[in-house]
Amino acid sequence: MAVKKELLLQIRDIGGLIILFVMPLLLLVTITVVQKGSFDSLLGTKIPVLLVDNDKDSISYAIQRELGSIGNFTLITQIDDTPLVEATAKDAVFKGDFQLAIILPANMTSDLNSQVQHNVDRIMSEFSYEEEEATATGSRPISSKEVRLYFDPATQSSFKTAVKSSIDKLIATIETERIYKKFQEQLSDGIDGGAFTQKGFITFKEIGSEKEGEEIKPDAGQHNVPAWTLFAIFFIIVPLSINIVKEKSQGTMIRLTTNPVPYYVFILGKTVSYLCISLIQFYLMLAIGVYLFPLMGIPAFAIDNNLFKLSVLAIFSGLAAIGAGVAVGTIATTQEQSAPFGATFVVILAAIGGVWVPVFIMPQVMQVISKISPINWALNGFYDVLLRNGSWIDIMPEIILLLLFFGLTIAIAIIYDKKKRTI
Amino acid sequence: MDLKSVIQVENLSKQYKNSDFLAVDNLSLDILNGEIFGLLGPNGAGKTTLISMLCGLIQPSSGNFSIDQKTYKENGLAIRKSIGVVPQEYALYHTLTAHENLSYFGAMHGLRGRGLKELVNVSLEKMGLTRFANRQVGTFSGGMKRRVNLLAGVLHRPKVLFLDEPTVGVDVQSRNAIVDFLKELNKQGTTIVYTSHHLIEAEELCDRIAIIEGGRIIAQGTPAVLINSIVDARNLEDVFIAMTGRGFRDGI
Repeated sequence: MAVKKELLLQIRDIGGLIILFVMPLLLLVTITVVQKGSFDSLLGTKIPVLLVDNDKDSISYAIQRELGSIGNFTLITQIDDTPLVEATAKDAVFKGDFQLAIILPANMTSDLNSQVQHNVDRIMSEFSYEEEEATATGSRPISSKEVRLYFDPATQSSFKTAVKSSIDKLIATIETERIYKKFQEQLSDGIDGGAFTQKGFITFKEIGSEKEGEEIKPDAGQHNVPAWTLFAIFFIIVPLSINIVKEKSQGTMIRLTTNPVPYYVFILGKTVSYLCISLIQFYLMLAIGVYLFPLMGIPAFAIDNNLFKLSVLAIFSGLAAIGAGVAVGTIATTQEQSAPFGATFVVILAAIGGVWVPVFIMPQVMQVISKISPINWALNGFYDVLLRNGSWIDIMPEIILLLLFFGLTIAIAIIYDKKKRTI
Repeated sequence: MDLKSVIQVENLSKQYKNSDFLAVDNLSLDILNGEIFGLLGPNGAGKTTLISMLCGLIQPSSGNFSIDQKTYKENGLAIRKSIGVVPQEYALYHTLTAHENLSYFGAMHGLRGRGLKELVNVSLEKMGLTRFANRQVGTFSGGMKRRVNLLAGVLHRPKVLFLDEPTVGVDVQSRNAIVDFLKELNKQGTTIVYTSHHLIEAEELCDRIAIIEGGRIIAQGTPAVLINSIVDARNLEDVFIAMTGRGFRDGI
């Protein structure tokens, strides 16, 4: 009867139902589309980059050729038919018209060649391949050259790091090529021109988790659906705590605490009904990921054969959220206390749980703190199943933690209620 | 009414946290089985605090009481089974219908199935609410809500019924219906403990009355005895003014 009452109350609160079901769906779709947009801008569409070439020689041409071949950048060397100089490029970037400008220094090719020549001569002389006087007169050390990068101040640091790393690697490769070439020229009398391979000796290959022989390739949907579904499930803390405070303020709690049914029956009624809501939320969000995402050009959320495992995780996540909601509702005395506290509490749990920012890039202290967030436990459980091909044993620790959290918060609510009001 | 006490209160006191005074001050009281007992007093006199302690909602600071020879510490469940509570607020779910509200509160007292359904129907009929049974309580007038509020507390036919201002804010028709219903309930054996600011109603309804002031009982007896105790008093209102004064009690 307690469950029926709660379900009737939920069904008749149309506004509340819209908030509980539609808003999380809207949130999931919005966040995924936004993330897809930024993802595409990095990997799909080309980013215009200003290039000021003060060198105009073989190395700068090589750099331009390499940057162009990477595929992410469109090199712009003039604006309004006027060739770019450092000052105009800098202004354009700092005004936010472009995200990046690359300034190649004058005499970069000739100075690099001279520097390489100098180094090669020195080495060769140590091995007595060349006459000492040739070394003395042939080359002199040159001061280092600086490739300048200007970034739009609004550019995210992750993008800056990626660009700097790419350009650094490109320049290092060109320098190495030059050194190899110079050695080749010096030794050309006795050694075959193909003696030095310029291809990188050490390469890397990314190997992901596999399922049934196929590699699992994580995408935005695989991350977003679990993360935002959990956020929605835990947001139930807000309406549930308000519901309990409302019972107190409208007097129905007086009836409930003076009747012979213990407080846990009252909590059980709320637990079952709100768990139903959590699961409906969960399946709706999965359905969005599976059926709507492909229609929007987003990769479909891949459940594979994991629906049962995911459902079990959703049940225990829902229980943890309900426990927190019951505790907040029991301790709060007004809706003005429970609503803002509940909402802020969920956002904090989500933030430290890794919904927005991955836990591994958080400061060390926050990484430790994140381990106390039930959203973090639940999220890890989902990732174990979806991305790490986890078994029941792998997700058991998360399930146990979520259950313990439910037990702890319900115990807090019951003890607080007993101590505070009843005799 | 027999002369056996159903509620015995001994030296009961309650001091709230952060309060300088006792809301209930060393109060002793016997309420007899089958009587309608009125607790009257100005705002802040301690009536609601006393009833809240008797209903098991708050802890007394000191003193003892028993209901039907039982205490909450020893047998709280038996007391909760034998009492009914009608709070001053409309303690109902406003998006549930009258029938759903009563079915739920009846079920919380262990009533089930067809018996519960019939009991709800009969009760709604007695209060003239049959044709509104399937309407949400939120759409009811104040008088209709009061009647449903009363029914929700008596559906399980309690031995002792606590009523906190059951007729506040209702029209004459609803008041009469409530008073008649309470009289009938009392005839069937329910002891009623009742607070009200409506003194004419209390005079008509109550077998005995206690006037509370500052957490203490300052007068107790039948309405007739109380009226006779004050020279020139024509009714309970005269007695009340004579004993509690004409000054406002706001902020007490």
